Amino acid sequence: MSDLFLTTVLTLDASVRVCVPLIFASMAGLFAERSGVVDIGLEGKLLMSAFIAASAASVFGSPWLGLIAGMFASSVLAMIHGFASITYKGNQIVSGVAINILASGLTMILTLAWFKSGGITPTLQGNERFLSITLPGVDIIDHIPILGVIYRELISGHNILVYLAFAIVPLVWWVVYRTRFGLRLRAVGENPKAVDTAGLSVEGLRYKALLIGGILCGIGGVYIATAYNAQFTKEMTAGQGFIALAALIFGKWHPYKVLAACFLFAFLQALAIRLQGVVIPGIGEIPVQLIEATPYILTVILLAGFIGKAIPPKASAQPYIKEL
Amino acid sequence: MTRDRRLSWINGLLLPLFNVLTAFLATGVVFLLIGVDPIEATKILIYGALGYDEGLGYTLYYATNFVFTGLAVAVAFHAGLFNIGGEGQAYVGGLGIALVALYINPALSAWIVIPLAISGGLLFGALWAIIPAYLQAYRGSHIVITTIMFNFLASALMVYMLVHVLREVGNMTPESTNFPDVVWLPFVHDVFAGFGYNIAKSPLNLSILVALFFSFLVWFFLWHTRWGFAIRATGKSNDAAIYGGINPKKIIVVTMCISGALAGLVGVNELIGVQHRLFLNFNYGYGFGGIAVALMGRNHPVGILIAAFLFGILYQGGAELDFELQNVSRDIVVVMQGLVILFCGGLEYLYRPVLMRFLAPIEASE
Repeated sequence: MSDLFLTTVLTLDASVRVCVPLIFASMAGLFAERSGVVDIGLEGKLLMSAFIAASAASVFGSPWLGLIAGMFASSVLAMIHGFASITYKGNQIVSGVAINILASGLTMILTLAWFKSGGITPTLQGNERFLSITLPGVDIIDHIPILGVIYRELISGHNILVYLAFAIVPLVWWVVYRTRFGLRLRAVGENPKAVDTAGLSVEGLRYKALLIGGILCGIGGVYIATAYNAQFTKEMTAGQGFIALAALIFGKWHPYKVLAACFLFAFLQALAIRLQGVVIPGIGEIPVQLIEATPYILTVILLAGFIGKAIPPKASAQPYIKEL
Repeated sequence: MTRDRRLSWINGLLLPLFNVLTAFLATGVVFLLIGVDPIEATKILIYGALGYDEGLGYTLYYATNFVFTGLAVAVAFHAGLFNIGGEGQAYVGGLGIALVALYINPALSAWIVIPLAISGGLLFGALWAIIPAYLQAYRGSHIVITTIMFNFLASALMVYMLVHVLREVGNMTPESTNFPDVVWLPFVHDVFAGFGYNIAKSPLNLSILVALFFSFLVWFFLWHTRWGFAIRATGKSNDAAIYGGINPKKIIVVTMCISGALAGLVGVNELIGVQHRLFLNFNYGYGFGGIAVALMGRNHPVGILIAAFLFGILYQGGAELDFELQNVSRDIVVVMQGLVILFCGGLEYLYRPVLMRFLAPIEASE
């Protein structure tokens, strides 16, 4: 029994770690899509910032400089997306695809040019990366039976970006639902014409949303390369940007629901790793691929309207053309 | 003539040309940033891709894949659909081809087996597109998101099939057994040798004829059949299509099936043309490359053939760059694909305001 309990706690702990980039990326997507800009370039932004952060952290010996560099790199890509889809009213999906492919190619080319190695950056040593923090009181609470294990394994012992991820969700909720900017953001995604008529700049609001998204997505990439791992490796984001997109839809563009979706999808990933080769009595071995595919299957089913209905912001994917 | 009609050559010819040139210039800037002389690199690239028999063979072999996925994306574009799932459809199409190749009676004639294998690719590619299409048409879910999801599902399915179902007993790598010889498409160098000409060995095989055949078929279908007209009408204006008695829902499903089927042909080149077995990620990057090819080729089969040839040059020339220069790898092609998609797609209208300002008065004064 205690074995099962420990395994559960450890799986949940792994889920927390896997969850972090999904949270940052999906919150980034939330800002973009709430403003009416579809962002399928989350994957590319994660990858680019992971690479730039790992490079900067290695060259300057500080994860904090890596963090700044990563956020900057991701924001540059976000602004390219904005330039194409807001200023030039191009196809937002095409532009997002371009960003993903560009990031994939550039990271490979630049690892070779900067570090003379195809697809990897130098391993980050010691405090060149974000290290785990032991929260105060672990020793005291450790003596309490169940709570002690939960506190030690699940809550304590993560790095600063993990705590930031979970703190950012209520902040996003507050910004989107309780501030003037949030109100305008939601309005511009639903009815840009009304916002325009009120004398506000549709383009300005959308650029702001994309910039916030760029910064958030950047932190997600930084986490992947300098906290979860200790270097950049080829295609290391491995579709997490798309899982975040799925979580965004699954959570119906609402911060807390999106968080829940992120955690569910992360849990499925952690479970898939833990269930590799395990034979469950009565069922047999569950194919790992099936568990890994579950987030995508769930999202497709949801989108098809079989379990609830996901309705995106109304002006999503439509460039705003001002009438003169 | 209306003003719009007069200026159509700006939209149709000048803008795309400027966009492609900008993408190339931007690639030049990337070369400069990594300390490579762009002119030197271009020379190596072009020599590597076109300068000798073997290089040209490889170029055409890569181009064949891009023709298939480019056509796939283009057909969907004509109906106003963005099929981003070419990657997955190509992958699952390969499964269809492999199943025919592995389980068919090898004593049959190649004239029966090969068309069946090709049909397997068409069928499975179409099947992988039909669910997203149906969901878009009848359940209102967005095709872009569902096809992205289906790319990942395809990947999971194929890993499962290769690890648990099709893997040879005792083989550690997830790949199928070799296909029987009868299903192999002949290599072009073997065909030439049969006529007494000796050309260098390369992976170029008769799939290139399949690609040309389907390019013609797509052109004929889109511009000379009732269905093709219905597809283009739906893409131009949904409301007008309905008014004209066209059922857009049906068009969505049909178009996506055709699109998926075309993507499913990548395996014809890769599997029965070259590798003669099914293996992981044989489709890698061609589905997304097809988007760049379709955008660059303006969704017309002739344009797609040209763009696919260009991307073939880049793929093969990129391999040569990898070999010749230390500072650059063939991934530069991926960067270039990204830039082409950005400038020919996302930033399609970049130069329009400028061109309109300079050219509209000239046109008007004539």
